[in-house]
Amino acid sequence: MSILVIVEHDNGSLKTETLKTVGAAQKIGGDITLLVAGFNCQNVVDAAAKINGVKKVLVCDNAAYEHQLAENISLLVTGLAADYEHILATALTTGKNFMPRVAALLDVAQISDIIAVESSDTFVRPIYAGNAIATVQSLDSKKVITVRTTGFDAVATDGNAEVVTLDTVTDAGISSHVSDEFTVSERPDLGAATVIISGGRGMQNGENFKLLDGIADKLGAAIGASRAAVDAGFVPNDMQVGQTGKIVAPDLYIAVGISGAIQHLAGMKDSKVIVAINKDPEAPIFQVADYGIVADLFEALPELESKL
Amino acid sequence: MKVLVPIKRVIDYNVKVRVKPDHSNVDLANTKMAINPFCEIAIEEAVRLKEAGIATEVIAISIGDKSCQEQLRTALALGADRAIQIETDESLDALNIAKLLQKVVEEEQPQLVILGKQSIDSDNNQTGQMLAALTGMPQGTFASEVKFDGDKVNVTREVDGGLQTLALNLPAIVTTDLRLNEPRYASLPNIMKAKRKPLVVRPAADFGIDLSPRTKLLKVTPPAERKAGVIVESIDELVDKLKNEAKVIS
Repeated sequence: MSILVIVEHDNGSLKTETLKTVGAAQKIGGDITLLVAGFNCQNVVDAAAKINGVKKVLVCDNAAYEHQLAENISLLVTGLAADYEHILATALTTGKNFMPRVAALLDVAQISDIIAVESSDTFVRPIYAGNAIATVQSLDSKKVITVRTTGFDAVATDGNAEVVTLDTVTDAGISSHVSDEFTVSERPDLGAATVIISGGRGMQNGENFKLLDGIADKLGAAIGASRAAVDAGFVPNDMQVGQTGKIVAPDLYIAVGISGAIQHLAGMKDSKVIVAINKDPEAPIFQVADYGIVADLFEALPELESKL
Repeated sequence: MKVLVPIKRVIDYNVKVRVKPDHSNVDLANTKMAINPFCEIAIEEAVRLKEAGIATEVIAISIGDKSCQEQLRTALALGADRAIQIETDESLDALNIAKLLQKVVEEEQPQLVILGKQSIDSDNNQTGQMLAALTGMPQGTFASEVKFDGDKVNVTREVDGGLQTLALNLPAIVTTDLRLNEPRYASLPNIMKAKRKPLVVRPAADFGIDLSPRTKLLKVTPPAERKAGVIVESIDELVDKLKNEAKVIS
């Protein structure tokens, strides 16, 4: 069997979540080919070629792919699809955007957000915000799959795959990029961080999120937020952890002033160790926390920072 | 300009779902159902476009058994002009849903199709993108802002690093994210008025599409339970546990 994995990147660097998607591909088993579609993305190609267990890296370096427009990427992937039984992408916003378009163009169903591989056609995925786990068999000859990275281990990066440059340009010409407004941060990505500290409605305002900075600095942590905090405008959307935001599973997750709504738990309950700081002893977050402390966060946070 | 809004009937987001004892599926018997929250945002956006004089007609559509008429009536009460139910008792894959919607798009020729980015039951996040592929339209998924500019629509999208704005040729597909708008509540007079708005029922079989399933649900199990941990009395105790018991900090 042969598997195509589409590399997630920002032209400058390869997103480490791709290493886990390759891990999922290895569970399916077969020859693994990567596709890097981007613009001026040589660094990404170099990184992709080092991913273990990869046979070949296909490269399409063209302005049409600079912003990962779904209309253009889906045509490219569809054109390559004949050679592969499985096509995998990471279930981040880029993959979630173009993959169903690929599936529909190929006239096959998509299996979204898999967290385990049972066999080459049967996969496990959470439904109902993770409150139920479905085992689903694909009846199509070709499988189009997005991979939730919290379910798989990253593969090592000491490989040396063959790089093949393609000159295919698929520009649908029906959409164009206008602008990006990206949050600049020195901290690790939520998806890659081993420690995450998140604030909720209890933080009261955006300014108070600074109370998390010192602790995040000491722990090398990423900073996240609950939907309530994002909806209230405390912090930007890309910090949201939850069913419809980022799904994370760090070694340590510290929830501060977060009550623990179902949709937030869906995004973080696979974390190895969960700490909850909340002044309400009845908050549902305590039901999933390994360590809870009932305290006013405005007193607890400075003390925690000083004692780390 | 016509706007088509496909909506889905799902379990109410406040209800915690239970898995059936035989692990065949989740148990939805006697469960409170509602419009999928993302679909509600889609209706609201379409109605606001009409109020702003951009949209001329808002058509709500749902695919399912008779019970989804309840959600279509709600859409009408929120401001949709008319509704279409495509009737089927089967639970269809997103691809088959998209194929049915494609037929309706061909008939109705909307300039904009706006739908929720995902449903909170199957959590697939597929239908909008698939409909875009089948109709050959551009897609603006996970939208937090939609602005019309001549023959294009600018869609600001919630993406991993922050926000991205795309310009799409019309007709286009938009899928909604949470912060696009805050949906209104239906007023009593509007609920009454909605009862007289047109709702057309069309059997799925009439569309001449092969709707055979593409996936098979083998089993549904409850997630692994997480054991509740301990309540610590002080920050000192917390730091000690994290260092020496959980060993996640040094």
